Amino acid sequence: MAQIDIRAVRKSYGQTEVVHGVDLHIQDGEFVVILGPSGCGKSTLLRMIAGLENITDGEIAIDGTVVNELEPRHRGCAMVFQNYALYPHMTVAGNIGYALKVEGLPKADRDARVLEVARSLELEPFLDRKPGQLSGGQRQRVAMGRAMIREPKVFLFDEPLSILDAKLRVAMRLEIRRLHQRLDATSVFVTHDQIEAMTLADRLVVMNQGNIDQVGTPTEIYDVPASAYVAGFIGAPPMNLLAGEIAQDGGHVVLADGQTAPLPAGWRRAEPGQKVQFGVRPEALSFVPVAGAVALTMVLDFQEELGMGRLFHGRMGAEELIVHATEKTAPVPFGETVQVYLMPETVHLFDAQTGHRLGAEAPIPVAAQ
Amino acid sequence: MTEATDPRLQSALTQAPAAKPRKRRRREGLVETTPLLDWTTHVILIIGLLLLLLPIYIAFTAASQSLPEVMAVPSQLTPSSHLWENLETAWTERDFGQKFINSLILAAGVVTGKILIAAITAFGIVFFNYKLRMTIFWLVFITLMLPLEVRIVPTYAVAANALSPFQQIADWIGLSWLLQNVAGIELDLQMNLLNSYTGLILPLVATATGTFLYRQFFLTIPDELFEAAKMDGAGSLRFLWQILMPLSVTNIAALATIMFVYSWNQYLWPLLIITDDAYGVVAVELGRLVPNQNTTGGEVPRWNVAMAGTLIVMIPPVIVVIVMQRWFVRGLINTDK
Repeated sequence: MAQIDIRAVRKSYGQTEVVHGVDLHIQDGEFVVILGPSGCGKSTLLRMIAGLENITDGEIAIDGTVVNELEPRHRGCAMVFQNYALYPHMTVAGNIGYALKVEGLPKADRDARVLEVARSLELEPFLDRKPGQLSGGQRQRVAMGRAMIREPKVFLFDEPLSILDAKLRVAMRLEIRRLHQRLDATSVFVTHDQIEAMTLADRLVVMNQGNIDQVGTPTEIYDVPASAYVAGFIGAPPMNLLAGEIAQDGGHVVLADGQTAPLPAGWRRAEPGQKVQFGVRPEALSFVPVAGAVALTMVLDFQEELGMGRLFHGRMGAEELIVHATEKTAPVPFGETVQVYLMPETVHLFDAQTGHRLGAEAPIPVAAQ
Repeated sequence: MTEATDPRLQSALTQAPAAKPRKRRRREGLVETTPLLDWTTHVILIIGLLLLLLPIYIAFTAASQSLPEVMAVPSQLTPSSHLWENLETAWTERDFGQKFINSLILAAGVVTGKILIAAITAFGIVFFNYKLRMTIFWLVFITLMLPLEVRIVPTYAVAANALSPFQQIADWIGLSWLLQNVAGIELDLQMNLLNSYTGLILPLVATATGTFLYRQFFLTIPDELFEAAKMDGAGSLRFLWQILMPLSVTNIAALATIMFVYSWNQYLWPLLIITDDAYGVVAVELGRLVPNQNTTGGEVPRWNVAMAGTLIVMIPPVIVVIVMQRWFVRGLINTDK
């Protein structure tokens, strides 16, 4: 177990810089998920920790030791790859035990350790099989066993669930979480799937184009997104972001189609006339009026049934708006103009140019309404 | 709705469903039997097979005939009873025992040398990133287009003194001059490879066929496998021996077969550099068995003995191909890659 310090790390391929100076401290035993779209530099960052990519600038320390110049095998990390990367010609036992074989451990000790790991992953019946004879989930478990057997200080996961089917992905997600609880090793998990990220993470790191946009617990990031980008990336469906401008009184936002929405009391960070992005989560919108709620009008286009609720897609002026309604309302005729309600406290405001959050205070969590 | 009544669209609509079953029938044709096609292909294959077997059959019949039988006009195409004595004559007369050993040493040396060098070179080209990687690959690749026969004269010069290139370099950069004047030593590097197994083997190893084959195979190996091995603590060479080599068994088998037959059949190079009979190889010896103006000395050409020699020389490559073919098949069935 170990803590990881990433200090001003940069990565360039020739002239192109893909990671622009990242600082991150990962605590001992923590499960950190790095989330971002493809090409944001999250895998590159992970591979730099692993030692599979050179660090262009800055330094990475594991357990207090700067590892920039260390070979992967001396860093004490184990990695689970996206496509498993099992050795096709070796049996399951051979795959799991390969690291020990390289270390030069006697065969008897090796076999005992392999058996132990295989038992904990329920792989014992398959020890003599080749990877080609296993199912996707079993291969994934072999890959995890291969990482576990070295008892590493740090576990690195590079989108390990992305090629599994949806059902297996959920099962493996739980298994990884359980494994972490048992081993308590520092883990860094890279993914582009925000549900995976939200459910697994102790702490979530949202990356955007080679920069870290926000670091926080999943709830912090959901409730207080630091930028319009994070707000749009976390949550399914994503947060509605509408163009607007702060009214002259400083307490209202004038939306693009001319409607006004009040800002929560005490919100004084925005200047009158400032261009903003007005953010409200689909789950914070409702068709049922509540005391203190503000009404806006929108035109309904169509709906999607989710079972536990419905997604209404509509328009407010030229901009699209999604409402996640949990109450079973009567069907609304599409193409009609309807009233939609929101509490001023649930509003997020971002600067239109920089995308930065305006106002430090957190809006009231949706669930607490 | 006017488009639906458009005749072109109408015909397109009616054709569309018809096209589907036709496509399906054709696909099934690949698996199911189409008698006419089967017949045609078989006839072509059998004709091809006969064309290939005919010379071997003629060699066999000739080898089994006595001298008067083989000289008879018109030639008899039925085997006779003198096979064994002809084989014996050919074997003892040309000392094939020693030649077989020499050829086996040559073939084994070329096969192992080739596999090792090809694997390591391809490994270096595919799995490592450095500036001159592509340059080196192309340099290697170019030698593929230069068979031994093309560069045989310079190769002979080098074989006559393997150190001559170094001598040249030393002369050019003035090292020889320096040694001569400062230390009073005359630099004269000599290493003769004529009439030796080394000289026989090395120039044949130095071609790019295997490197190219390995490169193509290594390119299909996902990078993650190399990285996984790195994470497991394996160094590059260990990765090559414990992971890449076992994975390329079928590749090795293919290369070994090709190279064995290739080196077994070597004629020109051994003919050129081997003057000592102790290092003679089978192909050259077989050439000496074939009657011509010089060898018959005016006597009747003994085609029966020459053909018997041919049969003997043919056996090892045939065995190797048969044995290795089973490996290919096993490699094809084992698809867990």
